[in-house]
Formats: sequence, C-alpha cells, structure tokens
Amino acid sequence: MFENFLLRALIGGLGVALVAGPFGSFVVWRRLAYFGDTLAHSALLGIAFGFLLHINLTLGIIVICQTLAILLFFSQQQKHLAGDTLLGIFAHGALSLGLVALAFMDDIRIDLTAYLFGDILSISNSELAWIFGGGAVALFALFKLWEPLLLITIHEDLARVEGVPVDRVNWLFLGLMALLVAVMMKVVGMLLVTALLIIPAATARRFSGSPEIMALLASLLGGLAVCLGLYSSFRWDTPSGPSIVVAACLLFVVSTLLPKGNPFQKSR
Amino acid sequence: MKEPLLNITDVCLERGGRLLLENIELQLNAGEIMTIVGPNGAGKTTLLRVALGLQTPTRGEVSRLTGLRIGYMPQKLHLDPTFPVTVKRFLSMVSRNTADRINQLLAEVGATHVLDSAMQTLSGGELQRVLLARALILEPDLLVLDEPVQGVDVHGQSELYRLIARIREERGCAILMVSHDLHLVMAATDRVLCLNRHICCSGAPEMVTSHPAYVELFGARAAEQLALYVHDRNHRHEHCRDCIREARNV
Repeated sequence: MFENFLLRALIGGLGVALVAGPFGSFVVWRRLAYFGDTLAHSALLGIAFGFLLHINLTLGIIVICQTLAILLFFSQQQKHLAGDTLLGIFAHGALSLGLVALAFMDDIRIDLTAYLFGDILSISNSELAWIFGGGAVALFALFKLWEPLLLITIHEDLARVEGVPVDRVNWLFLGLMALLVAVMMKVVGMLLVTALLIIPAATARRFSGSPEIMALLASLLGGLAVCLGLYSSFRWDTPSGPSIVVAACLLFVVSTLLPKGNPFQKSR
Repeated sequence: MKEPLLNITDVCLERGGRLLLENIELQLNAGEIMTIVGPNGAGKTTLLRVALGLQTPTRGEVSRLTGLRIGYMPQKLHLDPTFPVTVKRFLSMVSRNTADRINQLLAEVGATHVLDSAMQTLSGGELQRVLLARALILEPDLLVLDEPVQGVDVHGQSELYRLIARIREERGCAILMVSHDLHLVMAATDRVLCLNRHICCSGAPEMVTSHPAYVELFGARAAEQLALYVHDRNHRHEHCRDCIREARNV
C-alpha cells in the first residue's frame, strides 16, 4: 500500500517534526508562539516575491521571513506599542500584502489552500532536499547555541553578566526560526506552522525533567502526529496538514489524562 | 591605596526625557559591603545595571577593575512553568560544575535539600538562596545583589542578611546590594548610599540614618528604628513625627 508519494510525504513530515521539536520547545519556554505565527504569515509574501524574481519559492520565503525577523527585532526596541500589537500589525499586514501582491500577477494561478494549510502529499524531491538541508543547518546551529539559549531563557541580564553575547544569540535564533518556517510550510502550511511547533512541545512538558528530554520528546510526538495525520489523510481522504495538527491535538488531550511522569508537579 | 573595584564618576542617565540618575559618584573597594537604599522609583536597580555595564549612562564614566569577576543576583526570575529545570541543572549551566562543587555551594547558602527540586517549586527563601549560590559559582570578587531578600518573610530576611555578611567574611568579596527594607540591612553593611535619583547622602549606617536628607526621605520613625538597631539606644530623633505613615510604606 505504500506508494512513492506517500513515502516521500512520510519522510518529509518526519524530518520537519524532528526539527520542530527542539525549536518548538524554545517557542513555548520563551513565549514566542505569536512571534512564530507572525513569521509564518509573511510566507505568502515570500511566494509572491519568489514568483516576481523567478527564484525558488522556498528561497523567496526564507528571504522575506528573514527580512521580517530583522524588522521585528528593531521595532521591538521601541516602547510605544506593546509587543503583541506590533506582531499583530506585522502578521496581518504581511498576509494581506502577500494576497494583494499575488492578485496583481495575472499570469499566476496558485492553489492558495496548499500554501495556507500545507500539501504534504504533493511534496517533491527538491522540496525534500530543502527540508533536510535547511533542517540540518537549523538543527546544527541550534545544537551549537543550546547552552547560551538556555541561559537567556532563564534570565537575559544574568546571561549578559555571565558573558553570553545575548543580542547575537537572539539574532541567530530569529534567523533560524525564519528558516524553519520556510521549511515547514510545505508540510502544514503557513497557518498551522506554529501548531506543529508548540503542540508537541506542550504535550512533552508533562513527561520531561530536563530541557533536552522535552526537546527530544517533542520531536518524537511530532513524528507520531505526522504518521497518524498521514494515515488519516490516506485512509479517509482528509486534508493532510490539518489532519496532522488534529493528531497532535489528540495526543495532547490523551497526555493530559495520563499520570505525570516527572517530578515537576507543583509547577502551576 | 588600592584601586577601587568599581568606580562610578559623575554618571547621569536620561531616558525618554526623564532623568533617572543624576551626578552619581560611587567607589567600591575590595571586601566592602555597600547597600543602596531609597524609595520606589529612585533608580536603585538602574544604578546596579549601570554598574554591571548592562546600561550605558548618558554621561559620566563607569570603570571596573580589569579582570574583575562579578556574580550577579537578579531581582526576579521569570521562569515559564513549561521550562523543565532542576536546581542542579540551573547551577551547572554557567560552567561545568561537578556534583561535589554544586553540593558545596548549596551547603554554603544552606539549601542542599532543594538539589533535585524544580526551580519553579522553590519557596521565596529557597529561590533567593539558590540564586545566591549561582552568583557565587564563578568565585566573584564582587557580588551584585538586587533586593536579595525579596519575597522572604521577616525572620528569613535577617537570616539571609546574616548569610550575606558571612559570605563576605569567608570569601572576602565586595558586595553591592539594593535593599528596600532598612532596619535589617543596617547591621550587615559597611556603607549606605541613600538614593533618590541623586545621592541624598552616604556613609556609615549610623551617620546616614541621622542625616537630615535621610530623615526627610524615609521619615523619622524609620530613622529612629534604624538608629536603635545600630547599637545606639540614646540616639533618637524626635522631630518630624508626621512622616510615620510614609515610613511604613517604604
């Protein structure tokens, strides 16, 4: 029953879930969910950008996401607007601008649903290469930044006093997030990228006694959600991206019914 | 005379058109404990941040002795409840510390029993002790403590101040700390710096508490209690009784 496209989808999905685990954990710890969402919302603009310059669409998304990450980094230095207001402006502004830009391109008809919610079953070999190439870069960089990022997560000023180059590490992390969004687009689509980042991580929390275990467990749970979602998509012809997210949610609900396997019970 | 560990000369800090610090002069010598007191919004934490180099002053100079090792204890730790980290892990993050060394540090601050607890489950006093242990990890020459007894009951507060005084005695490090509560800290400090954006007065605790600027800032009752606490039972201030309520709010 395993057809070629299904195998590619599975491999791509597992690759994305693997990378999403540790990154998603940081998104949860540092409360960056809305930030990830904002980056993802700019992906459509990236696609328009890619069409416009006739470059690879994934590359277009990476460029636009990086640009937005830089803009966000600087806008957050000002104190006139609250962080979430600012993110809201960027997120919906970028999404709408992307839709408007695409409407101007008369000769291009795109499958909007595929970009919004993912189209893992039509994943191509070159897209697989992007997932694994980009994913490997992101994971390797995160591995290198792991301890400094943990220190910053605990307390930024304390990390600074202890000699961590906080701004540089934050910069790099934002850049990696932008890369990740581009890589994850194909699997769950821009509207659901954050879901695949935070739901497995939130599920893993109950069973984790250390940051590393939580990151690893989040990867495994994400992979499981991909398998379940793909199965449902193949079996009942449900949309693949949303099916994966529904599976992740189901895992989360089931996990809340299980006894906690960790010593962190009092943490709220 | 030996060069001071920390030298702040004529520092002003302005932000958003507001002057947060004005003409601050501060010298801290090796082995000395200096406490910054002052009302809310007086710029105490800001001054610590300037001393640590986390914030650049608009004017003036901050110089730290070359090679100065600083241990910092922040005012609050905003750990997300989803972040799984035990005390043991928290203390082994800065440099690779052996289990022995971590136990030894925890013993020094009297918190060995929380070694395997999650950071989020600690009580106020336990958390402060763990943060203090963390500040001690790099064998600092200077400890910078931002309200070290925050969230601790009165009994625990005086215990913590005794611990801080003992750390200085045993390690010989200098300590720069911010404090809110006045009477407990007085016994454990060499010098007091009374701050309200500018330096109101500074000197030995006995001198500062009888200084008119201090009395004006904190009220007579507070000054009186302090004076009592600092050995001298006959030293009383009878003037300015109507500041009592203000003093209680400090």
